[in-house]
Amino acid sequence: MKGLLPTLLAATALCALGAAAQTPVPEIAFDSAPNPLALPDDIYLGEAAGVATNSKSDIFVYTRTGHPTVSLGTARAFAHGGSRLFQFDKSGKFVREIGANSYGFMYAQQVRVDPQDNIWIVDQMTNYVMKFDPEGRVQMLLGRKAEGVPVPGAPLRTQAIGGGAPGAGEQTDLFDRPTDVAWDGAGNIYVSDGLNNARVAKFNKNGVFVKSWGAKGNEPGNFGTARSIAVDGRGAVYVGDGGNKRIEVFDGDGNFKTAYTNVGNPQALCITPGANQVLYSSNSNPPNDIDTAGEIYKMRLDGTIIGKFGRAGKLPKEFGTVNAIDCRTDNTLYVGEIGNMRVQKLTLR
Amino acid sequence: MQRYLASLPAMALLLCAGPALAQLKAKAENVPEIPYDSVPNFLKLPAGEYLGESVGVATNSKGHTFVYHRSANTRLFEFDQNGNFVKEIGKGYYGFEFAHSVRVDAEDNIWTVDEGTNVVTKFSPEGKVLMVLGRRPSAVVGAQTTENQPGQKYLFCRPTDVAWDPQGDIFISDGYCNNRVMKYDKNGRFLAEAGSDKAGKDPGQFNLPHGIAADAQGNVYVADRSNFRYQVLDNNLKPKAVYDNVGVGWTVCVSQGPHQYLFASNSNPNGNRPGSWVITGEIYKMELDGTILGRFGHASKEFGGFQVVHMMDCRNPNEIVVGEIESWRVQKLLLKPEATRAVVR
Repeated sequence: MKGLLPTLLAATALCALGAAAQTPVPEIAFDSAPNPLALPDDIYLGEAAGVATNSKSDIFVYTRTGHPTVSLGTARAFAHGGSRLFQFDKSGKFVREIGANSYGFMYAQQVRVDPQDNIWIVDQMTNYVMKFDPEGRVQMLLGRKAEGVPVPGAPLRTQAIGGGAPGAGEQTDLFDRPTDVAWDGAGNIYVSDGLNNARVAKFNKNGVFVKSWGAKGNEPGNFGTARSIAVDGRGAVYVGDGGNKRIEVFDGDGNFKTAYTNVGNPQALCITPGANQVLYSSNSNPPNDIDTAGEIYKMRLDGTIIGKFGRAGKLPKEFGTVNAIDCRTDNTLYVGEIGNMRVQKLTLR
Repeated sequence: MQRYLASLPAMALLLCAGPALAQLKAKAENVPEIPYDSVPNFLKLPAGEYLGESVGVATNSKGHTFVYHRSANTRLFEFDQNGNFVKEIGKGYYGFEFAHSVRVDAEDNIWTVDEGTNVVTKFSPEGKVLMVLGRRPSAVVGAQTTENQPGQKYLFCRPTDVAWDPQGDIFISDGYCNNRVMKYDKNGRFLAEAGSDKAGKDPGQFNLPHGIAADAQGNVYVADRSNFRYQVLDNNLKPKAVYDNVGVGWTVCVSQGPHQYLFASNSNPNGNRPGSWVITGEIYKMELDGTILGRFGHASKEFGGFQVVHMMDCRNPNEIVVGEIESWRVQKLLLKPEATRAVVR
């Protein structure tokens, strides 16, 4: 009995931590490849907000390489620069930069590659979702960048870009700090939007705005923040609701189906292609703390947890605020980290 | 915008009031003078390249010199043992915005402390990023104010300098808008904190900890600038001693080798008022216990003098490399301690 009390206390403390599942989650053994990306001497990754691969196993990294520069003394204080998109081959050799000095690149948020190998970036500050073809030419633009930025300091906006109060769920094709993009089998486009808005915006494959669902809130179908998004082979839409620490699942029309509440803050989501799809979700640690969370969960689409791996930290096999997971190959993942400004290539065993 | 305007008069006050001249003058008197020569044309820059405010200087075990300086962009340059330019490190790196310090650890890794991004970065000797401490504020929230967030273990507020003990534990002075010293293990996990976000005068409290160094026993020396003193802390950051007789406490360096010396700079202030140059600008050479051995240098815009020494490298206690803010200059000083002499001032 004497020995039981500390155990009970420890168990209580574990429960209080919240995110962790009640039953022990199996640990998945894994390795991290040393130096997965060979960077030229004059290129440094900043916060590796986005990482994705195409069908040829090329690797794309959309990264925050500096802060936007503001041109003063103009009719509008114009902001530009701050992020870059790099392509590497499957061996990690640097291939090229895409979109250098693009009007749409300021604060990298995500990169994804669609089934046709088009490269899509999401920028949290220009509020663009941009589609590049495999050759790196701009094919489609969703959203629009504000023409000027407030200087100095940004007063809190009382109206969201696109109208309404921030997070009110306005029906609009303009974004406010969007976070991620995904597609269903018909090519419809789903954008998680985002950190100021809290909704999902749906477009058809031609970029026509179809509808938007969700608003700021903690009710089923709403979002604290819409941080990440993925679509499975049957068209179900999985949205990482970071603010409420849950993954919400919808059908393609935005009807709420279910929520998974036992995997923490789903800052990055990925669903594998192929027949037996699995869902990876990162319970990313906050950028100001490496002593909590950080693990990545491997789940079945119904929310059953298969296992977890990793923890927050700065060493290889530790994670510093994972913001992106690429899982084109079932057990070979690329993760992009904010805190450690790096990409890791993980092999699960 | 409103806050920005409101703070202007306060800033003007700070700039104009300054510390009393009496505080600038070091209390130590009759300190013998150590003669020295400044190496002419020490660093040879390629045509078209310039140093800006040369706030950070360090050498590695091969005698290479690293300069972390404020140009139009903040940049990190490497020079070889003859002062020839080798390369630039960290060009366009996210952790560079406003240089403050560069140091080289026992394995020749290069560490930068950037007070614009609040990021401390460990680069390999080849210049690849190995570890990142702290985080740059997000651009999305717009032009930043420098507000601290009390109690943060892994975020800095305009950090100033970095040091290591023999175990590789990391010490960071933080900084202009916190007033504390942080200790991390070699993998970047938090171990201890001294001071807080608030400035204070008691032992173990700080008012702008501006520079930091550690000795072979793991003791930590902090340039406690706005308290006009240096503080010595033990390895767990408990206060051990105060040296308040060598001036402002701008920057500090501990030499290597079996007999370690402490160098402390009573740098002349940014923005000079009549008389301040006469009583500031010198560097003190001390035993680790605070015994003063001698002093050298003086405030001057001319070569051989110092225009606000911001940082010193003292790997070799007889070859001091100094980086100056206001003269955008790096000098290598060859000390002649055997010729140290009493000087009547």
